[in-house]
Amino acid sequence: MSKSSQKQFWNNAQYRALFFQILLVAMLVGFFWFIGRNTLANLENRGISTGFGFLSLKAGFGILQSLIPFDESYSFGRTFWVGLLNTLLVSGLGIIFATIIGFTAGVARLSNNWLISKLAGVYVEMFRNIPLLLQIFFWYFAVLRTLPAPKQSWVAGDVAFLNIRGLYLPQPLFGDNFCFVGWALALAIVVTLLIRRWAKKRQDDTGKQFKMFRVGFVLIVGLPLLVFFAIGAPLTWDIPKLQGFNFRGGMTIIPELTALLVALSVYTGTFIAEVVRSGILSVNSGQTEAASALGLHKAKVLKLIVIPQAMRVIIPQLTSQYLNLVKNSSLATAIGYPDLVAVFAGTTLNQTGQAIEIIAMTMSVYLVISLTISGIMNWYNKKIMLVER
Amino acid sequence: MAVLVTSPSPSLPPPANSVGVVGWLRQNLFSSALNSIFTLAGLYLLYSLIPPAINWALFQADWVGTTKEACTSDGACWVFVGVRIKQFLFGFYPASEYWRVVTAFSLIGVLVAWLLIDRTPKKGLVGGFTILCYPIIAYYLFYGGAFGLPVVETYKWGGLMLTLILATTGMFFSFPIGIILALGRRSSMPIAKSISVVFIEFWRGVPLITVLFMSSVMLPMFIPENMQIDKLLRAMIGIIFFQSAYMAEVVRGGLQAIPRGQLEAAEALGLSYWKSMVFIILPQALKLVIPGIVNTFIALFKDTTLVLIIGLFDLLAVVQAAFADPKWLGFSVEGYVFVASVYWVSCFSMSRYSQHLEKKLHTGHAR
Amino acid sequence: MKKITWALVATVVTLVISVGFAQASTKDEVQKRGTFQCGVSTGLPGFSIADEKGNWSGIDVDVCKAIAAATLGDATKIKYVPLNAKERFTALQSGEIDALVRGTTWTLTRDSSLGLNFTGVNYYDGQGFLISKKIGVKSALELDGAAVCIQSGTTSELNLADYFKANNMTYKAVVFDTHDATAKAFDNGRCDVLTSDQSQLYGLRTHLSKPEDAIVLPEVISKEPLGPLVRQGDDAWFNIVKWTLNAMIEAEELGVTQANVDEMKANSKNPGIRRLLGLEGIAGKGLGLNDDWAYQIIKQVGNYGEIFDRNVGAGSALKIDRGLNALWSKGGIMYAPPVR
Repeated sequence: MSKSSQKQFWNNAQYRALFFQILLVAMLVGFFWFIGRNTLANLENRGISTGFGFLSLKAGFGILQSLIPFDESYSFGRTFWVGLLNTLLVSGLGIIFATIIGFTAGVARLSNNWLISKLAGVYVEMFRNIPLLLQIFFWYFAVLRTLPAPKQSWVAGDVAFLNIRGLYLPQPLFGDNFCFVGWALALAIVVTLLIRRWAKKRQDDTGKQFKMFRVGFVLIVGLPLLVFFAIGAPLTWDIPKLQGFNFRGGMTIIPELTALLVALSVYTGTFIAEVVRSGILSVNSGQTEAASALGLHKAKVLKLIVIPQAMRVIIPQLTSQYLNLVKNSSLATAIGYPDLVAVFAGTTLNQTGQAIEIIAMTMSVYLVISLTISGIMNWYNKKIMLVER
Repeated sequence: MAVLVTSPSPSLPPPANSVGVVGWLRQNLFSSALNSIFTLAGLYLLYSLIPPAINWALFQADWVGTTKEACTSDGACWVFVGVRIKQFLFGFYPASEYWRVVTAFSLIGVLVAWLLIDRTPKKGLVGGFTILCYPIIAYYLFYGGAFGLPVVETYKWGGLMLTLILATTGMFFSFPIGIILALGRRSSMPIAKSISVVFIEFWRGVPLITVLFMSSVMLPMFIPENMQIDKLLRAMIGIIFFQSAYMAEVVRGGLQAIPRGQLEAAEALGLSYWKSMVFIILPQALKLVIPGIVNTFIALFKDTTLVLIIGLFDLLAVVQAAFADPKWLGFSVEGYVFVASVYWVSCFSMSRYSQHLEKKLHTGHAR
Repeated sequence: MKKITWALVATVVTLVISVGFAQASTKDEVQKRGTFQCGVSTGLPGFSIADEKGNWSGIDVDVCKAIAAATLGDATKIKYVPLNAKERFTALQSGEIDALVRGTTWTLTRDSSLGLNFTGVNYYDGQGFLISKKIGVKSALELDGAAVCIQSGTTSELNLADYFKANNMTYKAVVFDTHDATAKAFDNGRCDVLTSDQSQLYGLRTHLSKPEDAIVLPEVISKEPLGPLVRQGDDAWFNIVKWTLNAMIEAEELGVTQANVDEMKANSKNPGIRRLLGLEGIAGKGLGLNDDWAYQIIKQVGNYGEIFDRNVGAGSALKIDRGLNALWSKGGIMYAPPVR
């Protein structure tokens, strides 16, 4: 090889890219080898147990709220699921409430009522600029503390009670044949969907409209109710009663959940409000005017013209807000709501001392949730984007 | 006699109820029955919230004194905040060394203002100084250990000072890493690209709190046994990685907004990849994303409160610790309101600034 | 460009190889560094708590000071690292601290699976219950159905479950990260009862808005021997921490106090005291310390009885009885192997 070709070899972009990437991989491998070797050496030297064997050991501690049966005789592995379900519960509820609050505030900000739009603006600017953790503490330690003690509970019709230990509600106890009601509901939903398809086709073909909402409502509410009474109303309520220190029976909504939920929804609601506002503003005003000129009613303009177009702008940003909410729900650990981080990466980590396995499991859960939600949303996003010409 | 009127008669004034205060009210507050109900409800809400809040915070509050006994009225007891303010600002930093913290923050304040205000001369020089010299100066000012400054161990750092240090270091170091990641993600080299994507998606997919847990309980396992990383430094490393991923996405947004022609033109001129990036693409892209960067900074600033969960004493943690002082029990609302207003004022002004920038910068690439 | 890259690679490789070996002993490292890094709690009255100026005090803190006095000859050369329950073991495992003195219960699991060793017991404790007088409970056996505030990551969490199970009672555990949050939630009425080690209950009680309304129930439901820990595999350091504690107990038994130690050193004929103060016998050689190591502990910190008294006992705000923590000769179980 001559000297000039050598020079060309190094100036060749392809070779250079190859060299650079090999170097990158080597550095990466080196890095992981480095930390891997250190970790193994450290674990070995310090005599720390490793592996996932701990998951089947008996946990031996109680958890405040669990959606699946749990007591201290279950395993550490079970605490993982209890925590995960609690995380999903607070995230799911949080997403619902944040969406409601966010859409209301977002629309209110565009209201032609000066006072309402300003109030919505104040709400958004106020709660968006205060750290979420501080808001959680505030709701939990400053607001909820004003609730009364169990004996002085606020009562609603002798069946629901509110005190500092939580909101106690009657719990439905389903009788033997209650599953039929569930089947009826499923059937009603399927039938409604079929009718809707037919109605849409008919409208596309003939222009005739069908009172879809009424029919669907009657089906979905009526059919299960009918079945329910036909099989003899197999439903009783377990009403909470004050026994000893606390209420027993019924359902409890613990204050940790309430505080976390309020803080998460109020905080995320502000961001959603901004998303909604920018979404609606992104729809050209000509569209609204044209629709009105066609004689569409104000509500119809919103439903048929504005919202479908605004959604295209809203959906991607909304997704990232939902993801933020799920990730932020991990702040539960600060006020003792037993979510994944508090239970599994908290108590279980302390009792077993196996930091690496537990943190890795916890992180992967959030990664999986994040990637799944963004995957689904991307798919949905593509689907509604296709409508555009 | 026929009269031909050639000039139009003067227009009648608009109806009295469509102009002036009454008109404004009708149009904006009482345009329909529903709107009127909303307005009244809103007014009631304001009435029931604002006067008691102002009363509590201002008129019935206690401002002066040194002990709990000074708080006699029904309102807020700001004495609590006043007595502890030094701790809230500086944590356990020795009082005789406060000037170092003040100097360091004033210096960065001046430097940043210099860079942000239009029409200040020698921006390049000042910028270079900020990037190259300031971190070293700040390190020695905060930590000490040279130039006759006594060492102040990091466990004594706390309060607002720690919050600001965490936020600014997080920002400072995540910026270059973020740019490299963003370039990597748009690179044509498959391996560089996938590494960047995995890195970015990983850190964006996990909550900061688990990142902090990781840096506080896992990181020590990753390093050789005889090497130690300070607790604060570990938290910083976690925050920097986390923040870089977000920064990368912001910068990527800017890169995408630059028309492809720019890069092609640079290549046609014979500029290498790095030259075209540094001199052509990045200056334009970064200018575009300044508002985005300010927004991620706001998010980071708020997120630094999370370090209290791993036992660092940031502003919120210091204030919370003060609640437990047996001499000052029962003033948590005052403390929370104080912290909230510090964060609110900072975040709100920063977000206003970012909106202002957005408007100012919007001209260049709007089509 | 190429040269720079290779230089970079070489540097990284050298770094990787150079670190990771060499296992210095903790004692040498502490002496070389000139400060002793001691892991303490984030704030527990009587055990380890910092005042507004950041000065630490407490019985655990005094043990830290004693270790520093023995190793460095100066009880002030300490870097305190406040740790919560969650991070305490990792901090020690990773070498961030040299010893952990943070009211940690000695258990089989902790001794065997964390790579740590307990060096002794500086406080014999037991888990108890703090309740509000208002609920009118006299015994822990009446607590069926109670909501219990508790700190996460402690043995208390496990004992609580065992106790309620054994007595066929139910409970709701409300778990917090820190002592402060736990006490605050109890104060707000979130729980009927707060459970923790009894010594901590007295401390936490001072954090309540009305301390006089809360009482500690008589039941002690567990054994909680609290002691300092060090890393496994460094026996020299293990011995130093172990014998620091023993020397303080021995000093109390021999009647050597902070006040009379100088006089004792000059005049005492008692061979036990002379051995303790390094005037006779093996002195500091076995531990690799100066001969006056125990003298420094007593001179700068005091004997066990003194530190108990001023931090948690009669001379403090907590006023806890010596109880189990009295010397073996006075009805307790504090017993030091002979210093000879």
